[in-house]
Amino acid sequence: MKPDILRRLEENFSGRIKETKVHSEKRLYLSVEKEDLLPVAEFIFNSLQGRFATASAVDNLDNMEILYHFSLDKEDVMISLRVVLARDNPVCPTLSGVVKAAAWIEREIHELFGIQFLQHPGLKHLLLPEDWPAGVYPLRKENPSCPQKGKK
Amino acid sequence: MSTEGKKVVVPIGPYHPLLEEPEYFALYCDGEMVVDVEWEAGYNHRGIEKLCESKSWDQVTFLVERICGICSTSHPIAYVQAVEDLARVEIPERAKYIRSIIGELERIHSHLLWAGLAGHFLGYNTVFMWAWKYREPVLDIFELVTGNRQSYAMMKIGGVRRDISDDDIPAMRKVLQELKPKLEMLTQAVLDDPVLAARLKGVGVLTPKDVKDYGAVGPTARASGVDIDVRRDSRCAAYGLVDWKVITCQEGDVFAKAVVRLLECFESIKIIQQCLDNLEGKKGPIETEVREIPPGEGIGHYEAPRGEVFHYVRSDGSNRPVRHKIRAPSFVNIPTFKASCLNQTISDVAIILAGVDPCYCCTERMVTLYDARTKKKIGAMKDLIRMSQKKTEKIKLRMGKKW
Amino acid sequence: MKLTTKALTKSLWVFHLSTGSCNNCDIEILDCLTPRYDVERFGIVLVGSIRQADVLLVTGIGTKKNAPRIKKLYQQLPKPGFVVAVGTCSCSGGIFRDGYPMAGPISSIIPVDVWIPGCPPKPEAIIAGIVSLLGKLK
Repeated sequence: MKPDILRRLEENFSGRIKETKVHSEKRLYLSVEKEDLLPVAEFIFNSLQGRFATASAVDNLDNMEILYHFSLDKEDVMISLRVVLARDNPVCPTLSGVVKAAAWIEREIHELFGIQFLQHPGLKHLLLPEDWPAGVYPLRKENPSCPQKGKK
Repeated sequence: MSTEGKKVVVPIGPYHPLLEEPEYFALYCDGEMVVDVEWEAGYNHRGIEKLCESKSWDQVTFLVERICGICSTSHPIAYVQAVEDLARVEIPERAKYIRSIIGELERIHSHLLWAGLAGHFLGYNTVFMWAWKYREPVLDIFELVTGNRQSYAMMKIGGVRRDISDDDIPAMRKVLQELKPKLEMLTQAVLDDPVLAARLKGVGVLTPKDVKDYGAVGPTARASGVDIDVRRDSRCAAYGLVDWKVITCQEGDVFAKAVVRLLECFESIKIIQQCLDNLEGKKGPIETEVREIPPGEGIGHYEAPRGEVFHYVRSDGSNRPVRHKIRAPSFVNIPTFKASCLNQTISDVAIILAGVDPCYCCTERMVTLYDARTKKKIGAMKDLIRMSQKKTEKIKLRMGKKW
Repeated sequence: MKLTTKALTKSLWVFHLSTGSCNNCDIEILDCLTPRYDVERFGIVLVGSIRQADVLLVTGIGTKKNAPRIKKLYQQLPKPGFVVAVGTCSCSGGIFRDGYPMAGPISSIIPVDVWIPGCPPKPEAIIAGIVSLLGKLK
């Protein structure tokens, strides 16, 4: 991986990046507190010219994680910004003010995982029907992978 | 190109699971102009990411193939690459060439499908028939090599599932050779047609800033001069081993998007021919055996015909993925409709939408037209397509073109 | 045989509905229109409105979000009207049958007359399925 990328991140956010994991020369995972999510993401999106690819939420049972993935196409590096949230009432600031495209994926994460995004422009349902039971988040681990199995 | 009246209404197809679901747009119009766009999805949502958690690593490959019929091999390629990234597996060179061949054949058939659809939206129904007719031999190659016209089951963690036999290569070369002049004819017809130029140039422009804000990918981005292509940027499969170029245009309008897709087909043919050269008369392994997937996480991305398809996987060392995140290109491309449709006339909406190549499926229900002031429904997609076709007719008459 | 059913066997007007599909079946259905298969020579015509159709061709699993629309379209299908489920998804849900948005298979939402399995079924299979419907009517 270009040492330049790591150096610039370190220079600008020393102490605020909790963990740096270099999985390979193309894959970089950075862990930050949710308070530092916006400035670090803004830096990657603008100064490093990262392209926002998508975000993935993961239910780890003892916590919830969101990874915001940015692709540095010219350098062939994917930087994934990891934020860990409490599983009970998971809350995260919205990235949509910095990256417009984040608005839609946060809607999806909200309805599938139940994560609240503060100051999001509109967290209404994207994929699930309007009459989907409130409080039931399909991608949480307590919901079975195959709810239909055994029916009929 | 004549468009004699047909008694059949060619349906604007099934809903496309662009992403995984058909989109639904509410367009608000003031007179002829679009003033606002709202987006809702979910009609095709099949819960695939959750289903992946109940399947084994190998089974997931078959599941993701059916996310979208047209990007049918792009999802498996991105997925197996994600797992190979996680497990740090290198695939044999022969497998790389085979992956690229299948991927590029898919690109050709997808772009031809799109050309037919766009032709229909514009009132060139002969283009629809023509493009889909010349798509058939490409599907024949798929059937010859993989056993199926769609959903090829070619990809596997560590390599590919089937080899391409020397016996099949001449037939493949023949199809490509015969396709090339047809493509040239179509491309030239599009570039030369003054009616299409009047119809499509300056329509539905997406600026490079819009592309960045929405994270748009694929031909939608490249038509606006944004030079990104996962094949070249990540040197996945065999794309770093053969000679080809990425096509970009600068104007960002629907015409540019059409040109990018058509010219990409020629590059695809070039790539396939070179890959076949590297397979023919040679032998080699087509997979690296992978026994276990260790705990960890991986990301794989690939350039589907519509743009980057992105897969993220998490493993805890067991037989199944703990988490599988899938992002199809249309999830980021469709929202650009908000930027490219605003202040455009409603007769252009259908073709602007088609310009994004929304996986063809959801177009039937895709759009509802509302009057911005009264909020009353005034039309649906079929009305928009009719308006689009009428506009082309008007331009033809104005230019004195009889066909 | 009733007069209306007899009239139907002269030509079939078909309305196509997708209800949570990957699109492969839908494309193969459209392929039937193209020069190689050209179903129009059998008098099979795809129409844009359910109210003109004799046959409702359904693809996809039938998602919860779609189920009300499927029922509504079936009600609007002029009777005698027939339903053909194309593809493994609409026949049984296929690989998606255990998913949480699943409301199907289609036969649990509306009555189905002909099932054409396949993933996707080839155009030849789709045509054979429709022709078998014609046979059923005779």
